[in-house]
Amino acid sequence: MVLRWLQRIGVYFLVLLGLSILVFVIARVIPGDPARQALGPRVSEETVQALREKLNLDKPLFTQYVLWFKGAIRLDLGDSLLTRRPVIEDVRRYLPATLEIVLLSAVFMAAGGILFGIVATKYTGKWQDALIRVLSYLGIVSPPFVWAVLFMLLFGYIIPVLPTTGRIAQSVAAPTRMITGMYTVDYLLTGNLAGWWDAFKHLLLPSIALMLGGMAQAARLTRSNMVENSMKDYIQAQQAYGVPEKKLLYKYLLKPSLIPTISILALDIAAVFGNAFLVENLFNYPGLSRYGLSAMLNKDINAISGVVMVFGLIFILVNILSDMVVAWLDPRVRLMGGADV
Amino acid sequence: MSVAADSFVVQIKDLHVEYKTYAGMVKVLNGVNFHVDAGEKVAIVGETGCGKTTTVKSILRILPRNSRIPKGEVLFKGENVLKMTPAQVRILRGSGVSMIFQDPTMSLNPVFTIGEQMMEVIRNSGSPGAEKREVQQELAVMALRETAMPDPERIMLSYPFQLSGGMRQRVCIAMSLSTPRDMVIADEPTTNLDVTIQDQVLKLLKERVESKHSSLILITHSLGVARETSDRIYVMYAGNMVETAPTKELFGEQLHPYTQALMRCIPRLSGGGVAEGIPGRIPNYLTPPEGCRFAPRCPHAMERCRSEKPEFIACGNGHMVACFLYDEKGGC
Repeated sequence: MVLRWLQRIGVYFLVLLGLSILVFVIARVIPGDPARQALGPRVSEETVQALREKLNLDKPLFTQYVLWFKGAIRLDLGDSLLTRRPVIEDVRRYLPATLEIVLLSAVFMAAGGILFGIVATKYTGKWQDALIRVLSYLGIVSPPFVWAVLFMLLFGYIIPVLPTTGRIAQSVAAPTRMITGMYTVDYLLTGNLAGWWDAFKHLLLPSIALMLGGMAQAARLTRSNMVENSMKDYIQAQQAYGVPEKKLLYKYLLKPSLIPTISILALDIAAVFGNAFLVENLFNYPGLSRYGLSAMLNKDINAISGVVMVFGLIFILVNILSDMVVAWLDPRVRLMGGADV
Repeated sequence: MSVAADSFVVQIKDLHVEYKTYAGMVKVLNGVNFHVDAGEKVAIVGETGCGKTTTVKSILRILPRNSRIPKGEVLFKGENVLKMTPAQVRILRGSGVSMIFQDPTMSLNPVFTIGEQMMEVIRNSGSPGAEKREVQQELAVMALRETAMPDPERIMLSYPFQLSGGMRQRVCIAMSLSTPRDMVIADEPTTNLDVTIQDQVLKLLKERVESKHSSLILITHSLGVARETSDRIYVMYAGNMVETAPTKELFGEQLHPYTQALMRCIPRLSGGGVAEGIPGRIPNYLTPPEGCRFAPRCPHAMERCRSEKPEFIACGNGHMVACFLYDEKGGC
């Protein structure tokens, strides 16, 4: 068991290493001179050369990477060419905003996906099932930015009930103390309920736009697994022993059926980080994804590497978490280190 | 047929069951008549797909969703199961009839411990004190101990995948009799087990059922298993009971041509060598033959067999047969 986890952590470390090399190289081989781009066309060649040297761009690629790596393990990701601040400081500033959206998205996605899956199972073959199926297809085929635009139009313009831009309204003061950097959490911790409500409203549209695809997928998967398992002997046997219908559905059928859903949810939540690049921009939301996009557009090499590494690390954490949930649900994984189903 | 109908634990009268499929209505049960006395051990013998499992599932009302019962009655202690309220069904399932499934690797929930599952069964039995955890725990351990399981406390904490097939079937037997039952249904309980332990499990089942004074319905496709375990045998063919007799009686004399053919299928150690098969195959249930469903394969089929369905006629010694051969002769 311990060995298995150590092995897995080793693999994750290798993945991160590979990812860092890949991004490092890509950021440097794509055309364009980062130093020139950062300083503009009117600056003298000497000044640009000085920046190149400061960025180590004049050294061989391998040396550059070693220097970057040495910094990275000390959490020094270099300076951003765009904001002129250390990248790690920008990450600290922008990541909580993105985390806030993604976490809310994940909660909606998991709760909604499982709930709709159960409802569809309960009414297999009835109109409720058919409706959920059609809506799921809609959710799966439409990318998040389409929902984002649609929501902005619907709830921001036609029926203006929800804010469509930024983290808080201009009339609302930022949390008095930054504790986690996540506004909704900080408002709660400082006891500012009005502020919390405003920040929460700002999160709603982007996080819903981001989670619909994942929720639809989770609902489909939950439904198909529950329906399949409901025909298995063990459910029939438990039914034949007079286990009450509700308990049968919510306990004995749901638990074995949730295992594949958890794995797919982990992938979908990770995908939310990727989709947030577009959605944060649409909602003009100051998160790390939006920061990452502008870094890419401006060839801000240190920021690109930094953002990608942070998201890579989060992706791995989400996977570890999902592995833990699956192990908690499935004794075969927990006790034998593998499911034979 | 001298026994009053009330002494039957289960009686099935003229039961028809159909399944809705994409190909059409599959008429599986075609007027099944069947009964089990209190304390009696009955075996249902027949080929795969002849409707044995459908028959017993109707007793617990656990037929698949696509099934329909156009006609017939299923009586449990005189009460029509098909007309029971959900509350009555809960009592029937909780304390009346229990069922052991064919494949022990599939009939225990993979993500709950044996203990959790056994205690759930006891909780729903309505036995005195069954809502208390300590009582559930105690009864479950006792039931496991009665099946000669080593270290029942450890088994309680195990998950199904940690036990062998034979152990799991023992657990299923323990579960089915963890609280008093009027009847246990065992659907081919040894088919998926190692040959070496089939006999042990069968003996255990028989011993447990006897000591708890339950009735037993044993489904099997093996006449040998039926002979070892049962007091009386029903022979089933294509959705009909074609013959029933006390076990000894049936092995002495078979009346129905299908039963006779079935007997010839048993390989014998002395002489004979390889057993005979029965020519032809089980009919298509979408368009089953009119009249007797065995007629197309029967060497003695007459005109009447193809248009009219034979009913059970009593031939003495509890022997009954559904075949016109005996009606024609005016007896057996």
